[in-house]
Amino acid sequence: MLKSKVFVKKTRKGGVMKIVREHYLRDDVWCRVSHCEHCDQSADDENLLDTAPFSPSKICNYPHYLLLDTNVVLHQIDVLEDPVFRNVIILQTVLQEVQHLNSSIYKRIRDMISNKDRKFIVFSNEHHRETYIERGKDEPSNDRNDRAIRTAASWYNKHLKNFQVSNDDEKRIRIVLLTDDKENREKAQKAGIISFTAHEYVESLEGCEGLVDRLAHSSDLGQDQMDDKKGRKFVYPEHLPLTKILSGIKSGKYLQGVFHRSRENYTEAYVFVHDGDKQVFIQSLMRLNRAVNEDIVAVQILPKSQWTCPSSVVTLTVADDDDEEEDENEETELNEGNTNKVLSGKVVGIIKRNWRPYCGVLSKSARPQGTRHLFIAAEKRIPRIAIETRQASALEGQRIVVSIDSWPQTSKYPVGHFVRKLGAIGDKQTENELLLLERDVPHLPFSAAVLKDLPVMPWSITDEDVKSRLDLRHIAVCSIDPPGCTDIDDALHWRMLENGNFEVGVHIADVTHFIKPGTSLDDEAWNRGTTVYLTDKRIDMVPGLLSSDLCSLRSNVDRLAFSCIWQMTPQAEIVSTTFTKSIICSRVSFMYAEAQMRIDDPSQTDEITVSLRHLNQLAKILKAKRIEQGALTLASPEVRFHIDSETHDPVDLQTKELQETNSLVEEFMLLANISVAKKIFQHFPEFAVLRRHPSPPPANYDVLVKAARSKGFDLEVDSAKSLAVSLESAQIPDEPYFNTLLRILATRCMMQAVYFCSGTIKEEDFLHYGLATPIYTHFTSPIRRYSDIMVHRLLAVAIGALDSYPDLLNKNKTQKLCNHLNMRHKMAQYASRDSIDLHCQLFFQNKAIEEEEAFVLFVRKNALQVLIPKYGLEGTVLMSKDSPTEVVFNEEEPSLKVGDVTYRLFDRVLVKINVNTSSTENKFLSFSLMSKKTDHVFIIFATMIRWRGVSNDNSSYTKKSATGSKLKEFGNTDTAATLHENLLSISLVPTLQHFKLPVHFSALYKIIISR
Amino acid sequence: MAGLDILSPEGLRLDGRRPHELRKIVFRMGVFKQADGSAYIEMGNTKALATVYGPHEVTSKSKILHDRVLLNCQFSMATFSTGERKKRPKGDRRSTETSLLIRRTFEAAILAQLYPRSQIDIYVQILQADGSNQSACINAATLALIDAGIPMKDYVSACTVSFVNDKPLMDINYLEESFRGPQLSLAVLPKSGNIVMFQMDSRLHVDNLERVLDLAKKGCTDIHALQRQTVHEFSQECLPSLTGN
Repeated sequence: MLKSKVFVKKTRKGGVMKIVREHYLRDDVWCRVSHCEHCDQSADDENLLDTAPFSPSKICNYPHYLLLDTNVVLHQIDVLEDPVFRNVIILQTVLQEVQHLNSSIYKRIRDMISNKDRKFIVFSNEHHRETYIERGKDEPSNDRNDRAIRTAASWYNKHLKNFQVSNDDEKRIRIVLLTDDKENREKAQKAGIISFTAHEYVESLEGCEGLVDRLAHSSDLGQDQMDDKKGRKFVYPEHLPLTKILSGIKSGKYLQGVFHRSRENYTEAYVFVHDGDKQVFIQSLMRLNRAVNEDIVAVQILPKSQWTCPSSVVTLTVADDDDEEEDENEETELNEGNTNKVLSGKVVGIIKRNWRPYCGVLSKSARPQGTRHLFIAAEKRIPRIAIETRQASALEGQRIVVSIDSWPQTSKYPVGHFVRKLGAIGDKQTENELLLLERDVPHLPFSAAVLKDLPVMPWSITDEDVKSRLDLRHIAVCSIDPPGCTDIDDALHWRMLENGNFEVGVHIADVTHFIKPGTSLDDEAWNRGTTVYLTDKRIDMVPGLLSSDLCSLRSNVDRLAFSCIWQMTPQAEIVSTTFTKSIICSRVSFMYAEAQMRIDDPSQTDEITVSLRHLNQLAKILKAKRIEQGALTLASPEVRFHIDSETHDPVDLQTKELQETNSLVEEFMLLANISVAKKIFQHFPEFAVLRRHPSPPPANYDVLVKAARSKGFDLEVDSAKSLAVSLESAQIPDEPYFNTLLRILATRCMMQAVYFCSGTIKEEDFLHYGLATPIYTHFTSPIRRYSDIMVHRLLAVAIGALDSYPDLLNKNKTQKLCNHLNMRHKMAQYASRDSIDLHCQLFFQNKAIEEEEAFVLFVRKNALQVLIPKYGLEGTVLMSKDSPTEVVFNEEEPSLKVGDVTYRLFDRVLVKINVNTSSTENKFLSFSLMSKKTDHVFIIFATMIRWRGVSNDNSSYTKKSATGSKLKEFGNTDTAATLHENLLSISLVPTLQHFKLPVHFSALYKIIISR
Repeated sequence: MAGLDILSPEGLRLDGRRPHELRKIVFRMGVFKQADGSAYIEMGNTKALATVYGPHEVTSKSKILHDRVLLNCQFSMATFSTGERKKRPKGDRRSTETSLLIRRTFEAAILAQLYPRSQIDIYVQILQADGSNQSACINAATLALIDAGIPMKDYVSACTVSFVNDKPLMDINYLEESFRGPQLSLAVLPKSGNIVMFQMDSRLHVDNLERVLDLAKKGCTDIHALQRQTVHEFSQECLPSLTGN
């Protein structure tokens, strides 16, 4: 029974606590070699090492198993993921170290272990009687672990010798230890273990030459480079060791926080301090000190005299040469003199790196034979990465993935390695994949295991379903959706009751009937979290059979539904609410416009039309009530692309129009969500999945209030109601778009709505600010959101239609799910907006240069941010800082005076949009802004925010000439003299250099990021 | 305890046990001569001492019971038993609750009617706490009662089981306890299989209860075997002194 033979105490000191833990050593941990006769094989496992392992390695031309040291797993994970690595032994010691040091790599190695084809096995050496070693007195734990690895290697060697059938030495299986630690390697070789560095081994692999590029640079190599660069002036301050940081944090000397680099200026960043609302502002590269976006860092607050303020300067690029650098520094100093100082600090150490693989493009080094190149990530907040590759010319013009290995003190850029190639730049497939990868959207086709869980076709409603469900097939139900929608998850009905009240029903696709908890289908949906809508495709959360067929509430077929039925007075007062599983048969699937036409057409008097009219009436009352309670109507101009059916390229672009019927559907969905939220919260006060939208801190509104004041309106922001009222009253008769602009600005002041588990926070905090309801959830779109699936299950349990299961009633798991969904949800929004960006670019690429009217949305020190209402595009127009014409920035107003033209918020300007295609790598939309202020013509070459690409130094010259010719084209708009003067006054080149990493603020998105 | 796998994918717990394995258990009986009965138990690093006095006259006449024996239980934890030194060895809410629990358990096991108007005292003290404290106390108290020669229906064997990652874990230690999973302390009369104590902390879905219960019962059976063995060995030792003179 009791397997433990030896009994060892492990003592660990942490703080003043002495923790004593038992550590059992076993004799039943087996070697997992498939033909081993000496071990007591536990039959539960098929993941075994091959009897005759093969590897194409030249230096180890005998059969061998690989044993990896921790440093190899940590640094070379990209290489290890290549299928050429098979028959690998991972020691428990290594796993524990990896888990401790880097959880994402731990997850990756775990994935490999669970993949049976890879034959990565875990040997629990720490619990094996013969391989456990005790830490010697004064022995550092690293050395102890290295010794444990060597002990395990020797044990394997001995063990394998035991059962060698043939005496043929050639066929004997040996253990090859891969380690990048020199000392460990030497000691291993002394102990008779064959040992190589990862470099040596990978280089010896036949037919895998590309793998070498994917090797991370080991620390030895970094050392050499460091010596090289002794003379270089670029040396970052040293990072403090972790122990010092931790004691500093405890004593309050340092603060710990998440590092967020500014999108607008690469030399600025904020650190959001843990447990506290504090933000620490950091300026200049030296103070940023090699921190990369999302790292967890320790910062030291600077003395007040050294505080700075964020420059309003938009710096779009990482300067390529050092001269530029000095300019930046001067500018920094200049800012220190400013009055508007904020809490500033500097990074003193990195607590945890949060590096991931980054997508982007290669910027080839100037030297044709050089192997060191710069990589430019698509994410603007990531610095450039220096990588070494011999395939530079093959990678030029390609989207590639790169990982960061380290950031040596003497290197201006972090050092990384090439991981893989995605495809050609500008290719839609590649660009789509890139944006999905960047947003971590799971987009692979559904696996066989998932598809196995689908219902068998032909599927039909069984008698049992009919018995257990309310049959509503006789009721005139209809659905209203946007055009082209195949995943219809909601339908409505209305009918008159005998007592004069109305019965209104919302019917939602019963997805949970098909997706049972615990199936792989459920797990997959859980992982995907939401359906992602890209402009030209949809990445489903559930397989197409369900999303577009069985669950979709199409017309004239019987479908299972989850219904929420109200009895209402004609004044839209709810008398009673019932929830039931049902069977419906939708009569018509309308598009919004169709339904609108039916309502408006007085000649139609059929059942459906009459109920639509009544629903419309009720919706209007509901909406009025909601607004009365202080619900906000916020604006976000959305665009639609008309996609060419053959090439899938966008052929036209228009902003989405809203019709009454949109609001009809919306009102009833809101009502259903609220009713369901109340019900599940009442039933499960601890486990309900709800959605809240916190009210923003008043400071968030500063920008908005200031903007409104510049036009003479005073906005009241103390409550949602007063904000709604004052927004409504802020109208300028001859500027109908002004109000919309204000609402767009207001949208950006908001916090982000999140899912949460009701047991985790106080009931007062459940508030949904935007909708002005005390409780809210998502119930109405189970086909495309996993949160709704959870809500469906909770509701089903609440009404007794489903038995509860363990995970449903687990607060931790529910909250974990909510956090996961929030992340997926955000990423999905980012992905779809990236997709819109991509299509904008494609769209304008196929068009002649356009001139459009735009509004100034923000004024910055050297730039204007403009919004083009027609396309819902937003862009930045840079003013050159070298221009002899004075650019005066007035922070109070705020306004920007260029020459004698003053730009203020909400000013109407004229902008030219064109795609710059002068270099294949360098596609982006650019705005040639022509400010139209009665009689002035002012031409500025402006960048458009959306497209990120590379601009090589030489390409700016070609652009310069291209611009020159364009300017001539504009010449007819005004006298040549004025034009000439303006041309002189603006130096184009520096502006052009700022093309690379533009600001991203888009008007298209409802997304509200809380800051 | 973030980042620690209570149960690794290889099927080993943090201390190297498999989910269904007990810790190393050591029983000793008759450790004190002054008390009528005493026993000492080590379940891994959890160490407990139980002493039994009685049956004797009821100390406070008002509590006297005319049809059965009065059972007086006291649970305490030595101040040095935990990682941080405890301020008070007993009297806190948890200790009082455990005292009550032990009393209830043994009220169901002792043949109480045999000693009307008398009292039996059970004192249990945790010397070192490393999880499953209640079970250790009950197991030790059983042996102490046997040592004192108090007639019982059967042995009482107890075991604490947790439920982590869809797997029930036998005989949990402190680390696994602090993971805050559901915890079931179960005491049974092994021969009849009757349950005399059933204490559940935290929530466990009813679907999983059966698995947890089965494992707990198995643990109790295993512990019972050990208890029996200890009693047999102890009686063998005592035999010469009883018959020898």
